[in-house]
Amino acid sequence: MTNLAIGRLRRFSATPGQMAVVLLIAAFLLAFLLVPAATVIYVAFTEKGTSNLTLVNFLDFFRNDLFVRSFWNSVYVSSLSVVWATLFALPLAVITTRFQFRGAMLIQTLGFLPLIMPPFVGAVAMQLLFGRNGSVNLLLDQHLGFKLPFMDGLNGVVFVQSLHYFPFILINVSNSLRQIDSAMEEAAQNLGSSGFRLFRRIIFPLAMPGYLAGASLVFVKVFDDLATPLLLNVKDMLAPQAYLRVTSIGLADPMGYVISTILIAVSIFAMWASVAVMRGREYSTVQRGGGGLARRKMKRGEAILAYGAVTLVLLLVLSPHIGLLLLSFATIWSFSPLPDGYTMANYGRVIGESSIYIKNTLIYASLAGLIDVVLGGAIAYLVLRTKIIGRAWLDWAAMSALAIPGVVLGIGYLRTYYGVTLPDGTPLATLSIMLVLALSVRRLPYALRACYAAMQQISVSLEEAAENLGANKRRTVRRIVLPLMMGGILAGFVTSFSTAAVELSATLMLIQSNSEAPIAYGLYMFMQSPAGRGPGAALGVIAVILVAVCTFASHYVIERSQKAMGARK
Amino acid sequence: MTVKFKEPKMAQTRDGAAVAGARKIEITNVNVHYGELHVLKDINLEIQPGEFFAFLGPSGCGKTTLLRLIAGFNNASSGDVRVGGQDILAMPPWKRDVGMVFQSYALWPHLSVARNVAFGLEERKLPRDEVARRVKAALELVGMGHLADRRPSQLSGGQQQRVAVARTIAIEPKVLLLDEPLSNLDAKMRVQVRRELRDLQQRLNLTTIFVTHDQEEANAICDRIAVFGDGRIQQVGRPMDLYERPASLFVANFLGTANILDGELVTVDGKRLFKVTDTISVPVPDGVTISPGTRLVFRPQHASLEDAGGQGVRLPGRVSNIEFLGASVRYGVMVGTSEVLIDVPFQSGASVRTVGADVNVLLPSDCMLWLAE
Ligand SMILES: Nc1ncnc2c1ncn2[C@@H]1O[C@H](COP(=O)(O)OP(=O)(O)OP(=O)(O)O)[C@@H](O)[C@H]1O
Ligand SMILES: [Mg+2]
Repeated sequence: MTNLAIGRLRRFSATPGQMAVVLLIAAFLLAFLLVPAATVIYVAFTEKGTSNLTLVNFLDFFRNDLFVRSFWNSVYVSSLSVVWATLFALPLAVITTRFQFRGAMLIQTLGFLPLIMPPFVGAVAMQLLFGRNGSVNLLLDQHLGFKLPFMDGLNGVVFVQSLHYFPFILINVSNSLRQIDSAMEEAAQNLGSSGFRLFRRIIFPLAMPGYLAGASLVFVKVFDDLATPLLLNVKDMLAPQAYLRVTSIGLADPMGYVISTILIAVSIFAMWASVAVMRGREYSTVQRGGGGLARRKMKRGEAILAYGAVTLVLLLVLSPHIGLLLLSFATIWSFSPLPDGYTMANYGRVIGESSIYIKNTLIYASLAGLIDVVLGGAIAYLVLRTKIIGRAWLDWAAMSALAIPGVVLGIGYLRTYYGVTLPDGTPLATLSIMLVLALSVRRLPYALRACYAAMQQISVSLEEAAENLGANKRRTVRRIVLPLMMGGILAGFVTSFSTAAVELSATLMLIQSNSEAPIAYGLYMFMQSPAGRGPGAALGVIAVILVAVCTFASHYVIERSQKAMGARK
Repeated sequence: MTVKFKEPKMAQTRDGAAVAGARKIEITNVNVHYGELHVLKDINLEIQPGEFFAFLGPSGCGKTTLLRLIAGFNNASSGDVRVGGQDILAMPPWKRDVGMVFQSYALWPHLSVARNVAFGLEERKLPRDEVARRVKAALELVGMGHLADRRPSQLSGGQQQRVAVARTIAIEPKVLLLDEPLSNLDAKMRVQVRRELRDLQQRLNLTTIFVTHDQEEANAICDRIAVFGDGRIQQVGRPMDLYERPASLFVANFLGTANILDGELVTVDGKRLFKVTDTISVPVPDGVTISPGTRLVFRPQHASLEDAGGQGVRLPGRVSNIEFLGASVRYGVMVGTSEVLIDVPFQSGASVRTVGADVNVLLPSDCMLWLAE
């Protein structure tokens, strides 16, 4: 072998420990993400009961009126939700980034809303506020003599989803706007452009990548959501159909798998499209250092308009929460703008009966978060700090979880692991650890991003200095990398934890008994019966508080640890 | 900031940053590639025990790459590196005992100054009281004993630099590698700290490599310098030798100011002449070979100006520019189509020439260098 070849080889070599880690992670991702997803797709393409490849299932799908209608309904609801979410988000984004505006902080905090409450919880409260016989329509009818169909059929889904998910667009667009160099705006003004033309021709194109990222996220989330339509009694959408097929007809029926495959395809398509639209256009002129767009003082008329718009959106956004809070204290609330009376009984009942849900949630979500930061940290290290073969593959595989809807992963687990049984005959798929694994796989991309960001902030020379002073790779990771990454790891944990705590779609598929169910499942059960709505709302409020407290506590810890470390360079 | 290194007490030499038996560094036929990019080409170098050695060269020429190769953070595609006779290329960085001070200092922000310095000793599993003693000794050696409990972010640039040095010498490395350790300091600090570094190196008798692209810095404190250019070592030597006898145009240009005259070899009446212009030519001394691309090189302070007469080679020219530098006057003189710079010592009362004056540039023949690329 030539010297050159030896040099090359040396560069690719990895320690045995690193290789073991790669193999372990690969095994995990294979077993709990790729194989279940591939199984679903495989079943969709095989003839029922045989292993012959066929397209017949897809033909059946498109010959069935219900499915075709469901498909177009899902497309319609997702697209319209994006449109409405855009209408809610854009004014807020522009007002808070381009003008001097008092409530900017408040609006930014809204970004956490989709994280701390699943949309289906709000759906019930929205029904009471905006439904055919809800508070708003009762008042309208009484005073103006007409009603508005906010919540009828698909409208209701669009309304709930767009209100719930618009912060994804708000945050992405605000970030893009904030990063635009003020010189760009000044250059345009210098060339004679101003006002709305300036916004349309310069500012918005530069914020486009952020907008598309947010919009595609909203589209995918709405398309995959199962519980909101079900709770609003809308069954002819794609994700509910997948669930209903599998739970009512059984695991052997190919239609559930065909629908799942279509869900995956649409997710991938939406993400691809948001990237592809931008390809070939050069918008990376976005620079830092310019200090972002100059914030202008608002004129009187503008200010009235701005505060009016913000107040309206805030009222809408907070309505599910307000409704939920009212409902949780209500004795009876129907056919009246406000509850008939108030009581603590709902909380009493929930705390007595449902502490098991809370306990389960805490266990599942923390385990999932833990798995995520361990895997995310390890993958981030392997990708950013080693040249080991297969590292890019791990990264890609972990991120691909973004494209697998919860309901699909649940179906995949059932199909893959139902036949596998423990010695006592219990199918593997019914163990609650499966739910933990599903949750961790679904949230892995977020934790991975957080770990990447944390590790990218650590200068490699800090690690080299440790090695230079005698610490091997393992010791360097333990003594230098981990302590420095702690903030990012914690942030990743919290994101995983708080989103896993309120996830429902995989949960609905995998949970078999009440005693093993987490809060989201309990909420869903409560909310299905009118009598359960009071206690359900109380449980919802508890869930929101639980997640919010955890989120803010960890932010506090992260900030303190960073302060202790001093200004990082 | 004016803390000087204290004189070593016996205790320090015994169990502090103690005097190490200095090691020799031998680098043979080293080549380094980054992918397709050939960054270091056939490097051969021998650095003597206890020597303060500089890698000097323009940005991007491979100095850091070679330093990192010695420390174990790069791989050579061929060649050998020996420290104290031992081949180190196959060892992982943490086994090499090659102390490196990083350009960014790389102090760990989550550890105090004392814990930073203790790190390497803890990794060597030394007993706790010995760690404490050696941390104290190392910090005192660099005059930082009183700041042991601070966080790195609470230190000035110069203080951070000293902590980085203390952290490295605490483990008593076999050799010390310094990658532009002064580049983050302001000009005044640089002069002070470089002298302290030299002091310390002498006291510890540590073979040291110092990377810089500042020639003044290298000249001031280093025993010998390797001038890097384009991934190769262009010349190795003592600072004064490099200045007086550069081996190539590259080195002459890189170290100090050099006048370079282009011309061609002609033979007139059996005598070899270097023709600069049609009317100006310089006799070529016997024994000098002139090939295409050879230029005539001389330093501004080696030539002088005169009206007429005198010994040596004369180049007629016209004063085109005058700069007063304090101790001397720098004249720009047009010789043919090129401007040469001549430094004339300034004496009060002496007459100063004016722009446009016709002069002769007088070149003593022992100061003429005939160099190619
Ligand atoms: N990790 C890397 N991958 C690819 N090329 C690299 C890498 N590091 C350095 N290089 C290239 O190798 C060459 C030598 O780099 P090196 O850092 O050794 O230069 P240097 O002499 O230390 O320069 P400076 O004085 O600017 O620090 C440069 O052309 C650089 O672009
Ligand atoms: Mg360098």
